[in-house]
Amino acid sequence: MTDLQQLYTAILEGNAPTAKSTVQAALEEGVDPQELLTKYMVPAMDEVGRLFEANEYFVPELLIAARAMKGALEIIKPKLVDAGAQPAGRVAIGTVRGDLHDIGKNLVAAMLEGGGFEVIDLGVDVSPERFVETAKEKGASVIAMSALLTTTMPGMKTTIEALTQAGIRGQVKVMIGGAPVTQRYADEIGADGFSDNASGAVRIARQLVA
Amino acid sequence: MSAADRTGAGPSPLSSTLLAVPSVDALVFGVAPKPVHCGHGVMIGAGTVIPEINFTLPPMSIEEATWGQVRREYTEIIEGVCQRAVDLDVPALLVEFETLPPMTVNPAWGLEITRLLADTLAKYHDRDGLKCALRLTPNDSRDHERPPRMRSGPYWDGMVEVFRGAAGAGADMLAIESTGGKEVCDEALMSADLRTMVFALGVLAPRDMQFLWSEIVTACREGGIVPSGDTACGFANTALALAEQKMLPRVFAAVVRVASVPRGLVAYEQGAVGPSKDCAYEGPYMKAICGVPISMEGRSAACAHLSSMGNIAQAVCDCWSNESVQNVRLLSASAPVVSMEQLAYDCRLLNLATSRSREDARLLRDLLVDSDASLDPQAYVLRPDVVLRISAEIVKEVSPYLRTRRAVQAAVQEIRAAHAAGGLRIAPNEVRWLDRLARAADALPDDEGAFIDEMMEALKDSPYLPAEYDLPA
Repeated sequence: MTDLQQLYTAILEGNAPTAKSTVQAALEEGVDPQELLTKYMVPAMDEVGRLFEANEYFVPELLIAARAMKGALEIIKPKLVDAGAQPAGRVAIGTVRGDLHDIGKNLVAAMLEGGGFEVIDLGVDVSPERFVETAKEKGASVIAMSALLTTTMPGMKTTIEALTQAGIRGQVKVMIGGAPVTQRYADEIGADGFSDNASGAVRIARQLVA
Repeated sequence: MSAADRTGAGPSPLSSTLLAVPSVDALVFGVAPKPVHCGHGVMIGAGTVIPEINFTLPPMSIEEATWGQVRREYTEIIEGVCQRAVDLDVPALLVEFETLPPMTVNPAWGLEITRLLADTLAKYHDRDGLKCALRLTPNDSRDHERPPRMRSGPYWDGMVEVFRGAAGAGADMLAIESTGGKEVCDEALMSADLRTMVFALGVLAPRDMQFLWSEIVTACREGGIVPSGDTACGFANTALALAEQKMLPRVFAAVVRVASVPRGLVAYEQGAVGPSKDCAYEGPYMKAICGVPISMEGRSAACAHLSSMGNIAQAVCDCWSNESVQNVRLLSASAPVVSMEQLAYDCRLLNLATSRSREDARLLRDLLVDSDASLDPQAYVLRPDVVLRISAEIVKEVSPYLRTRRAVQAAVQEIRAAHAAGGLRIAPNEVRWLDRLARAADALPDDEGAFIDEMMEALKDSPYLPAEYDLPA
């Protein structure tokens, strides 16, 4: 009988091979994939997020944990789909037009994937039109925008306006982040969520799709 | 492919293993072995520290419709800082204009603002006797594309147009924050992957620097202006910012800083003469090895980013900068004017120490050093004695990769020794990282060709184009 606590520990420590082999063995033994997800994998990532926010873990540790989570998720995903389970949500993420900074955006994308979201990464220098197109064509339920420059921040507002003009603002939640971005700015432009760190972004995304 | 072919950047023109600054006593603020003369009577590194002011726009779009406002913002800024510089009787003023991305993609815009700034500086020189110079720093917009094309395409063409138009627009010197290898380094930083970071900084970046700085130096020589310097901003300052946000271990950021030194040397090998860019915290190494004057920033740059090197960064500077500040109104004046005043007073103090005696200058330097050095490894590697020891190790090697490898190993060794001796505070959750870094540094191979082959295979799915770095596609 597989020790399922190993799965929790493997994700916590970013040990992808052990996370994957434990999941595989558990599935072969007939363990419910939903149980693996909710009892071991999600709590492990929650603990990773807690350790990061407590300044115990650094980003590299966050990332390798997210990769271990993603590896394990890929194995159980077909079983979850067969059982009728849905992904946590579909997020289109990008750095806004005129801005080339992607480190923070990439980190949030990795954490969202680790958190069970389907992520469509649009890259950098993303126009409002492209966010709108993606929301329409790919059915993204959340748009996540990042900016590092004060001169590119207005692209967030423009994108929200473009979603409204396209008539889909009510169907899509918008979350924003980046060094110069604040909760006040999010409120001003009508964004639905703001986070100043990657694990917080996952928490916000979960709230938005709940 | 032979190791020599793979090396690409070739043997270093820095053939001497002697440092330009031979001793700690000689590594002090305001004085560099190779001073630079530029602009309207400005001498840098000849005994006087001068302020270097930098600024940027408040939150606003840059487009045709807002261009009038953009011009008004820059006019207000430059008039304000020049007047304050005159009022405070600065010995000289260096103004840096870093183009924003739309101003390099559309070079005419960047050159138009350059002309506006240069004309205003000339006015204050002619009217008030202000010694001044304008440094133009086009942003490296090649990074707009992923994978980036480093040597062709519209982004590169725009940069070249700014390089070649700089002198005609009134700039006195050119600089850049180049990004070659950043596309690989970004991922390495996030994973604290020392091996990939060394490939990015020690192999890719120097190859790009050799190409890029050859272009910049040619443009400067044709225009009769100064090819100043580069910065590892996209690399080591990214690590610094992430460490400051507790996203990366500070020990890793310190090692990245030292690893960026051999990359920076390539600019000077190609003909740059300084001053190095303000945000190049690796500047003291450039001064020690090449003898060029350096611009630095520290507590004065808190308006742009936080750091743990606020005082020590000033210890051996020749220009003292604020990195960048937005043109927003504060209680006293606009933020650029406030920065101008802070820089002016900082420089006044440094220059007073120098004017009293060499001993007074060294005492002030040592106070700046000792107030920071033991509190953070990023500050520790800027200690003048540490700079000289690590620099002496770096110049023993002939290729950028081997220098980077040596720099990393020496930095880890210095940090570990200082921590073990109780002379450097390292947070408990960082100690495990120091051990990891030591193992990774020791594992870097001395066979550069084999290392390149290994990393190219490991990074075959990464968003970079090997041919852009003279590596086999």
